[in-house]
Amino acid sequence: MATITVTVNGKSYTSDVEPRMLLVHYLREHLNLTGTHIGCDTSQCGACVVLVDGVSVKSCTMLAVQADGANVLTIEGLAQNGQLHPLQEGFWECHGLQCGYCTPGMIMAAYDLLQQNPNPTDEEVRHGLEGNLCRCTGYHNIVRAVQYAAAKMRGEAVPA
Amino acid sequence: MTAETMPTKLVGQAIKRREDPQLITGQGSFLDDIKLPGMTHACVLRSPYAHAKIKSIDTSKAKAHPGVVAVFTGEDMLDLNPLPCAWQAGRVKNNVNTPRVLAVGEVHFVGDPVALVIAEDRYIARDACDLIEVEYEPLPVVVDAKKATEPGAPQLHENAPNNIVMEWEAGDKAKADAAIAAAEVVVREQIINQRLIPTPMETRGSIARYEPATGEFTLWTTSQAPHVMRLVLTAFVFGIPETKLRVISPNVGGGFGQKIFCYNDMAFTMWAARKIGRPVKFVEDRSENYKYSTHGRDHITDVELAGNRDGTITGLRVTTYANLGAYLSTIAPGIPTTLYGRIITGAYRIPAAYVKVYGVYTNTAMVDAYRGAGRPEASYLIERMVDRFAAEIGMDPAEVRRKNFIPPDAFPYDNGLGLLPYDSGNYEAALNKALEIVGYAEFRKQQEEARKQGKYLGIGISSYVEICGVAPSKWIGLPGEGWGAGLWESANVRVHLTGKVVVTTGSLPHGQGVETTFAQIVADELGVPYDDVVIEHSDTAGTPFGYGTYGSRSLAVGGMAVYRSVAKIKEKAKKIAAHMLEANPDDMVYENGRVYVKGSPDRFKTLAEIALQASVAYDLPEGMEPFLDETTYYDPPNCTFPFGTHIAIVEVDPDTGIVDLKRYVAVDDCGNVINPMIVDGQIHGGIAQGIAQALYERAVYDENGQLVTGTLMDYAVPAAHMLPPFETARTVTPSPVNPLGVKGAGEAGTIASAQAVMNAVIDALSPFGVKHMQMPATPENVWKAIRAAQAAS
Ligand code: FES
Ligand code: FES
Repeated sequence: MATITVTVNGKSYTSDVEPRMLLVHYLREHLNLTGTHIGCDTSQCGACVVLVDGVSVKSCTMLAVQADGANVLTIEGLAQNGQLHPLQEGFWECHGLQCGYCTPGMIMAAYDLLQQNPNPTDEEVRHGLEGNLCRCTGYHNIVRAVQYAAAKMRGEAVPA
Repeated sequence: MTAETMPTKLVGQAIKRREDPQLITGQGSFLDDIKLPGMTHACVLRSPYAHAKIKSIDTSKAKAHPGVVAVFTGEDMLDLNPLPCAWQAGRVKNNVNTPRVLAVGEVHFVGDPVALVIAEDRYIARDACDLIEVEYEPLPVVVDAKKATEPGAPQLHENAPNNIVMEWEAGDKAKADAAIAAAEVVVREQIINQRLIPTPMETRGSIARYEPATGEFTLWTTSQAPHVMRLVLTAFVFGIPETKLRVISPNVGGGFGQKIFCYNDMAFTMWAARKIGRPVKFVEDRSENYKYSTHGRDHITDVELAGNRDGTITGLRVTTYANLGAYLSTIAPGIPTTLYGRIITGAYRIPAAYVKVYGVYTNTAMVDAYRGAGRPEASYLIERMVDRFAAEIGMDPAEVRRKNFIPPDAFPYDNGLGLLPYDSGNYEAALNKALEIVGYAEFRKQQEEARKQGKYLGIGISSYVEICGVAPSKWIGLPGEGWGAGLWESANVRVHLTGKVVVTTGSLPHGQGVETTFAQIVADELGVPYDDVVIEHSDTAGTPFGYGTYGSRSLAVGGMAVYRSVAKIKEKAKKIAAHMLEANPDDMVYENGRVYVKGSPDRFKTLAEIALQASVAYDLPEGMEPFLDETTYYDPPNCTFPFGTHIAIVEVDPDTGIVDLKRYVAVDDCGNVINPMIVDGQIHGGIAQGIAQALYERAVYDENGQLVTGTLMDYAVPAAHMLPPFETARTVTPSPVNPLGVKGAGEAGTIASAQAVMNAVIDALSPFGVKHMQMPATPENVWKAIRAAQAAS
């Protein structure tokens, strides 16, 4: 067992974990933050994306012990004071989700994308999300949702 | 109700989904999110061989491993019956072999479950699986459906000579033979509809809990049909009263058919929970999902289409080998028969058609319904062949379609293949609209120009028709189509004392937005605020028996059950209002949530007032039962038949074989639309899955029966940059089958799209002499098709 201290969504946690425990299992099983999902066993799907120290990470590809001392943001920590994040709002407004299973990972990946490129083209959104799979939407409305959020975060009128 | 009196009509509006707030904030409750006190974790040891005898299994080391609660093999579970096959091909003999919960004596495909470990956590369970020693004696393997039927092929099951599950046919063979013999032109192809893996982003799983005091089980499972699972598990697998099991589908992360069926983990979690006295959870890894959960498609078809040089199609003859895998999944034989063979002529009036289908066992994962289920295979076949025929006679493919379409005045239309009559359609209108959006004539000029510059553009048309709301019990039930049961759907509507409306239904969403659309319908019909309507589903405790969500049936069947229950509520409300107002019940009008006396709209009672009166119940019409509470079991008179035309434009680089999908236009007609945003979303997702088949996906088994595409690393589910934006539009031809005029939209996109893309690719390659190529059109396959055509010419 190893002892780690991780800040998740602004709260500090100290836990004893097996050295082989994946970060995604730590979040889901130890901290009960089940909004971060698991969709594969080969780091392909992106359902598990969270931000670690501000950078998007597939949490199935990282050990919990590697997150010792880190600052983690998950989907549960995105809305502030009951106010949805523009990305959450965009996904709702633009029907960017159907079953919702890919959605937390998709939103967290898009968060990082917009952080790096606040004014992306549709093509850049598609490429920026290439590590995230969605089987329901065909991505059409996910691209719209991200553009909605991008516009809102730039302080512009949201696209129709 | 008229539109004027109903300013806030919700039906037809793009209402944001009520399902979403929890899903976008990480508050959904999917199967793996559920934790029960004392819960254990299951891991399955699976066969690495596609066909082998099990000589011995030694579980002693696994049992001794710290943290392991129990280890079981198939021999321990002989008290469980094999999983049933509920839909066998109608009117023919089916050589049925279904899977046991864990294999006994022999394994038949890679992934066949051999042993089960229950442990304190999932890591330990996996460790212990690795400690189980199994001795196998490998047997010969066959994975190809056609080869499996040849003499000398390895045999999977004793009761199925030549591995044949069933031989099934539809249409008129003599007529088709004659039409083909007499035709001016006959085009022939072998068309392969490759095996696909449905890949809902959430894998499957189950959690079971057992209460020894009452002998009751609770099963949470990723199911599209919880009531059916309850029935099948109790009555068929366990042999216990149905009332001893409650099944709950939590949030389900996509289904696409794969989650309709009865799987072994539902049974072994229940069995083990009872045995060890603690709850048991099992969740598949993705690679387990790929190996064990059902696949789709996998047809090898020889097809001949006959016609005249003027473009008239005169005959169609089809022989299909449908690979059903190592055992029969829950509804496997129904897919290549009822939902494929019976709609093989598509949108066309073809006077002579015949289809023969062999269902075949092979050493591969079970094959069952995957989005579209039989209809994508049928529409791919006919649409590919219509293009092939058009190219052969040198006629425009749009023109050939026009010439052979079933005309609007021919509905209801009997296609002669044993299907119920097509309900309504205007195929040419949808085709024309799609051609107009895409700028067809202009495109043909561009294509001409581009070719001169060595650029290869192609356009592909797909004019499809499909079957939705598969239900009428007197057709689908025994002895007709072999389903052995009805496919009606249920809904209960209650108006509580406070005026809040609670709807419970056997339909359930896993992405389709059923809560939102059903609430739109109820709010409009009852004239109550949308937020006052709650839709409950997915739990066998608290919802009436229903068949579940698949086959694009939630709205056309389940939604109609809701609609009917609401109508009954309105009737009762009128009687109560008449009593309250001392008026004649026949003079009452229900409008906008009020009941008034005809001619004096100010003499009214609101639904809330009536509901209160019905609940407190001290002053009701003589003999009337209290409460506004109505249930409907809706069995529609027919299926519905959505249709449309999709058009793809591609550019192919002949040097690299790379296909660039430049535009995708979809014109769909799913009858009246309740929520256009949701319908568009369904179409988008469906199109993506069809494009995926055309360009990317193929499940590959090697000759030893190893699944080569066994993870998401090897199986090419497209990401965002691999798909174009979609241009969607609609025509609206209401269905006469139900009063809402709706048809269904869940599968249309998938049924329409693969052939639009493939027709475009082959159109682009026509200058090289390519007449057909198999899916997927990967760069390698395209490159080979070009070289093969050049070598042949
Ligand atoms: S679970 Fe699929 S990438 Fe992490
Ligand atoms: S919404 Fe279902 S996988 Fe993306």
